[in-house]
Amino acid sequence: MTALFALLRRDIQVALRIGGGALIGVLFFLIVVVLMPFAVGPDLALLKKLGPAILWLGALLASLLTLDRLFAADHDDGSLDLLTMSRTPLELVCLTKAIAHWLVAGLPLIVATPILGLLLNLDGDATLAVALTLLAGTPALTFTGMIGAALAVALRRGGLLLAVLVLPLSIPVLIFGVAASNAAVLEPAGFGAPLSILCALSLAGLVIGPLAAAASLRHGLD
Amino acid sequence: MSLGPYASFIVWSYLLVALVVVLLIGWIALDYRQQKARLRDLEARGVTRRSGRGAADLS
Amino acid sequence: MTLIDLANPTRFLSLTAKILPWLAAATAILLAVGLYQSAMAPDDYQQGATVKIMFIHVPNAWLSMFVWGVMSLSALGTLVWRHPLADVSAKAAAPIGAAFTFLALVTGSLWGRPMWGTYWEWDARLTSVLILFLMYLGLIALWRAVEDPSRAARAAAVLTLVGAINIPIIKFSVDWWNTLHQPASVLRMGGSTLDKAFLIPLLVMAVAFSLLFVTLHLAAMRNEILRRRVRALQMQQASQPRA
Repeated sequence: MTALFALLRRDIQVALRIGGGALIGVLFFLIVVVLMPFAVGPDLALLKKLGPAILWLGALLASLLTLDRLFAADHDDGSLDLLTMSRTPLELVCLTKAIAHWLVAGLPLIVATPILGLLLNLDGDATLAVALTLLAGTPALTFTGMIGAALAVALRRGGLLLAVLVLPLSIPVLIFGVAASNAAVLEPAGFGAPLSILCALSLAGLVIGPLAAAASLRHGLD
Repeated sequence: MSLGPYASFIVWSYLLVALVVVLLIGWIALDYRQQKARLRDLEARGVTRRSGRGAADLS
Repeated sequence: MTLIDLANPTRFLSLTAKILPWLAAATAILLAVGLYQSAMAPDDYQQGATVKIMFIHVPNAWLSMFVWGVMSLSALGTLVWRHPLADVSAKAAAPIGAAFTFLALVTGSLWGRPMWGTYWEWDARLTSVLILFLMYLGLIALWRAVEDPSRAARAAAVLTLVGAINIPIIKFSVDWWNTLHQPASVLRMGGSTLDKAFLIPLLVMAVAFSLLFVTLHLAAMRNEILRRRVRALQMQQASQPRA
């Protein structure tokens, strides 16, 4: 257990230190959200309607971009081999790395949501709803994304392949995330169902993600 | 056999399916020939399998 | 002839050489019968003659799912039992499955145009098949991205199984999303109770296409085995000193 905590602390520290791995995701999130009005026009009513969708898409793409950091740095300096050979089960190692990644890359996105909601003319309720759905859904994105990161780890220019593999798997999370956000604003009665499904997806990802990622790492690294 | 006002859609569907199936068959057949040719070529150069049997042999 | 016997590629090759002509013949006959029956089928009271597209759309759609199932079994063979031919089976099946999925999309689109008025409609079934198509392409990309065949096989196996788990989830999500955005349900493609006049040609075509897949799959597996032999020999040749 202490080994896992040490790994957690180390991953967080490394991510917060080099290259701004944590905050660059938020910056990308901001840029994507800013790009949208240039594409769809500055009509505030339209932006308000599209707001939750834009925020979710931005969060999805931002979390996708930070995913290859999950294993790449460790692979490059050889510590990934050490991790796979250690006594701690590789599945738990992957789980810990995913949690660290979410804390450092996912959580800042959620914190940034209220500010970005302002840019999209979303009112307080809508912004809170989106933030809540992101809280429930970004773990699912991290866990499924981790599978792609593990598959692509040994490839040198695996970035796009990772995206191609992970995005179809993220579609359910996107569907329910936006549906829950919209429901919170339009018909609060319908908020519960998609939100619970979102939580279910995250919980399922909690199990499947580390299992699949560990299997990929084990088979891919020899 | 009258195919109604949307006859072209029906015909095009069947044609496209036929085309893709033929392309699949063709690709697999060509690939087979290519691999057999390469195996014959390698064998002619004296590169053999550990069992000593011809690589292009099917049994 | 047990599965263990089939594990020997050479024996597999000789078996394939024997049965492939028969499979091909059976496929051709069944396709001919199915096509004839499709041509002779009556018009639907609602769709008219365009119902004939169903006879090639539904088998392709069904096969797109079935092939992923075959690949999933192969993936288990690779990861769990390390069956030597599992890798070959998975790799050979992927492009064929992708082709059937593509045909399902195209025929679905052409079927939809007379019925919905547009070539594309974000209905639950077409959208799910589109996502499945993207997953096929991603899988093929993964196969091609890893140089070593056995490492590629294991990576592809994990992705195939993850995909298999996700396919029901995606289908469920897209269904849910679709009902959210399209409260009025559009004409359902091929309802659950089909008249016998339509069911029989459909089933014949379904069996014919399945046989087509088996034939193509075995032939593609044969090619893959030969390709690996070529690779092994080329590596051997490269390490041999020039006389």
